[in-house]
Amino acid sequence: MNRFDYIELLARLLPETVLVIGALVALFLDQSRAKVWSDRSRNVTGVFIGLLSSILAILFMIHPNLSPSVQWQFGDFYHGMLQISTFTKVVKTGLLVLTAATLLIAAPAKFTSHIGEYVALILLATVGLLLLSSAGELLTAFIALELTSLSLYLLTAFHKGNLKSAEAALKYFLFGSVAAAFTLFGISLIFGLAGSTNFERIAAALRGQPMSPLLVAGLVLTVIGFAFKMAAAPLHLWAPDAYQGAPIPSAALIASGSKLASFILFMKFFLLAVPAQMGSAGWGRAAAGWAVAIAAISATSIIVGNLLAIAQSNIRRLVAYSAVAHAGYVLIALLAPTTNGIASAFYYLFTYGLTVIGIFGVIGAIESRHGEATLSDFAGLSRRAPLLALCLFIFILSLAGIPPLAGFFGKFYVFLAALEASATPSGTPLHLWIVVVAIAGSAVSLFYYLQVLKQAFVVDSVAGGGPAVLATKTQKLTISVLAASVVLLGCFPNTVLRRLQVPGSTPRQEAPAHEHHHETSRDSTHVFANVR
Amino acid sequence: MLAWTIYISFLGALAAYLAGRERPGVARWVALGTGVVSLGIAVLGTAQLDPGKVNTLAHAAWVPSLGISYFLAADGISSTLVILTGVASVAGVLFSWNIQHRVNEFFAFYLALIGGVFGVFLSFDLFLLFVFYEIAIVPKYFLIAIWGSTRKEDGAMKLALYSFIGSAMVLIALLTVYVLSPVKTFNLLELTAAGPLGGQAWLFPLTFVGFAILAGLWPFHTWAPTGHVAAPTAASMLLAGVVMKLGAYGALRVSMTLFPEGLKMWQTAFAVLAIVGIIYGAGVALTQNDFKFVIGYSSVSHMGFVLLGLMSLTAIGLSGAVLQMFSHGIIAGLLFAVVGRMVYERTHTRDLSVLERSGLGRKMPFVSVTFLLACLASMGFPGFSGFIAEVSILIGAWQHLPVFTILAGVGILVGVGFTLRALQKSFYSPAPEIEAGDHAHAYEPITIPEKSGSILLLACTVVIGLYPRLLFDLIHPAIQQPMFTRFISAG
Repeated sequence: MNRFDYIELLARLLPETVLVIGALVALFLDQSRAKVWSDRSRNVTGVFIGLLSSILAILFMIHPNLSPSVQWQFGDFYHGMLQISTFTKVVKTGLLVLTAATLLIAAPAKFTSHIGEYVALILLATVGLLLLSSAGELLTAFIALELTSLSLYLLTAFHKGNLKSAEAALKYFLFGSVAAAFTLFGISLIFGLAGSTNFERIAAALRGQPMSPLLVAGLVLTVIGFAFKMAAAPLHLWAPDAYQGAPIPSAALIASGSKLASFILFMKFFLLAVPAQMGSAGWGRAAAGWAVAIAAISATSIIVGNLLAIAQSNIRRLVAYSAVAHAGYVLIALLAPTTNGIASAFYYLFTYGLTVIGIFGVIGAIESRHGEATLSDFAGLSRRAPLLALCLFIFILSLAGIPPLAGFFGKFYVFLAALEASATPSGTPLHLWIVVVAIAGSAVSLFYYLQVLKQAFVVDSVAGGGPAVLATKTQKLTISVLAASVVLLGCFPNTVLRRLQVPGSTPRQEAPAHEHHHETSRDSTHVFANVR
Repeated sequence: MLAWTIYISFLGALAAYLAGRERPGVARWVALGTGVVSLGIAVLGTAQLDPGKVNTLAHAAWVPSLGISYFLAADGISSTLVILTGVASVAGVLFSWNIQHRVNEFFAFYLALIGGVFGVFLSFDLFLLFVFYEIAIVPKYFLIAIWGSTRKEDGAMKLALYSFIGSAMVLIALLTVYVLSPVKTFNLLELTAAGPLGGQAWLFPLTFVGFAILAGLWPFHTWAPTGHVAAPTAASMLLAGVVMKLGAYGALRVSMTLFPEGLKMWQTAFAVLAIVGIIYGAGVALTQNDFKFVIGYSSVSHMGFVLLGLMSLTAIGLSGAVLQMFSHGIIAGLLFAVVGRMVYERTHTRDLSVLERSGLGRKMPFVSVTFLLACLASMGFPGFSGFIAEVSILIGAWQHLPVFTILAGVGILVGVGFTLRALQKSFYSPAPEIEAGDHAHAYEPITIPEKSGSILLLACTVVIGLYPRLLFDLIHPAIQQPMFTRFISAG
């Protein structure tokens, strides 16, 4: 029963294994060939290996025979250490796509001469992200969290010639390690109360328990760690510096994949381990629980992020503050413990990841000519680089939530899920207040997003058209593909929803639709592990 | 068939953009071709459909789990406004023929805006309608910010934020409607058929104001004068001609049909705002010295009639409101074309006190006749479309709101006042003695696109003025549909 079968472990975790092998190969090849090959061929090789292993991992992920969906158990001791379900497969595929895009915009890495190490770190961070999203208990989750975080600290510091990069990494590290300590303390309290680290056993043990001070402390400390990973206010202070100082691909990974995986992990923790302690953040019906804390953080992030973004002139800091606001929007999805809530969070963060990687790609192209990019460096972009300007147009409007781009449907879906989950038989939905805050916030955000587009499209650059923008063919292609996917996912959101098996998104054969719909939409665990 | 107006506009936008900066002529002809074809489709498509019911044009599942479908349809009201949009888009292209700066981008944004407008008029799924409604916001910003004039960036940003705030209010209400309604769908027909919703007391004003911000509802009208003044001619024509109608249409099609009980509660309040808009807009127009501000405020005043017609809650008042949308779209387009394109491009001033001394009447006979006719139409002179529309609104309003009707009559008088003042100052003031050599240089002659555009718009207003049944036959049966008769009072 308790036999630990490593071969089976490797087989089940084939995608992760492939990534680790890829990381080792990239590291080894680069070390052994550094003196022989030119910088260019080392760059190409490193990125190629990274890309190849991500693609292989995706193929293994979606191949039904190679990684069957089960909630996988190692007997009693390792009860439910990892969950591999349809949902986690979709999430992991999403994460691998984000990693591949990150690698592609990294293509000519001018900030380092150790491309092998850089690619290896990105792959290791991705392994951490994949494990985060399939963790079924607290210790696995914490180990994965640390693997990701340590890789990301290093990635942030990777531009060794740049003081800003070192400063950013130090701030990120100090904040991050303190937040990790909080999280660890929080989960240890919860373990102490529940006597198990497994999500579902914790839920069983804590059901019906009163909100003791110890439990409250455990929840609050966990929420703090969560807010740090999401860069939600008031734990967002590291984000502008990290975004500003880190090399472009590192910043892109922090803003995209890392957020998606952390959100999925914490969402699983809240909805599977402590569902009974949710409380309520409904207007006039507030009840103690983690939902109140989440709602408070969400509203704060939306207000703080949007207002501070208005004042920014450095484009990376602007993106960072807008990311704070976006963390606020997506946190609203946690107030909806329903299939729609979970699916909307994934859709939101995945498309947001694609968008933000694309924006960092464009920023990288601008910075290749201007050094640090301020808003005025975008002047006349539509004339200097029409393709990049068009892509920027799509990305920025998607962040602003203009239909038919993916950012709009993401927001719409999150808000809808939150309202639906708080519907009362008669009268207004209880979560309306936070949706109003969020929609008002996004109206404010249009102002600063338009400032960026105004520079790119309205303002003419200095006489002579200004310098052309440097971007390799790979980068241009990647950015265009990202822009196209933001448009297509926005126009056809059902392509994602269908894979998440949201009830009603696929043509259903069984006839009585009415009661079926109502039943499943309330059952949050349905999506997490749909095979039991 | 009508659905193709949307697709052709967006394809035209793409084609115009791809024509490139170096070939402005191609972009112009693409835009004109797109406009003419979509106008043709609008007229032919309208002839095919039964105006008294909602004719499905396209219906496909989109996000089935949320009850969102791609549902395009049309009744007589939609098709009236689709024809208006077609006319306005052709005229707008004709009056932007002289644009020289970034021509391909101009027409790409222009046609994208037109496509969004067509989409709003033809959507019967609230999600889809909202998508098109917001698609129309972005091109407006760039049209004004890039090609505009006086304080263009402020005007553009003000318009974009006002529109976005309005649509945010609508979005909040739409989400709430979905949650409250027993039928989990965004299909407008199913929602209205499903019976009364809760929360109408606050949902109605939220959506009505959200939409009517774009219709120039006082006191949320302040984007309109600055936006019109800052915009390039074609964008002013579209703003006044069709974008303001988006707001009025949304208010009628969505907020009034979804929340009939809320409508009854708020009828008087919004009728008051409509009257204030009529009189205030006219009064401010009376004192303006910038020619475009005069027209901008007159739009606020004339759109007040539309809102008054909606609030009359009678069949004839509603028909009049829809006809006034059409009529004002044509006339305001013509007025902006005269002021922004034909006069300003030649004199380089819009200051009435300067124009007063330059004797335009003699120098530009074609323009002065056009403007005279446009002013007559705008004042509601019999024989033009404005007359029949405003009379219908006043008759409709008289049944429930007699005091308001009298006040609206006062508004018409003030309207005559500012129109005559502008007409007299601009074209019919006694020309100063022309000193040899000083003013001897003549203005550039009026070009063929300008003439054709003016004649097109004048023809529309005269034909509808003389034979209003052309449109009333579309509008009347549409108003008799159950979605409207639920709130129309008998009589």
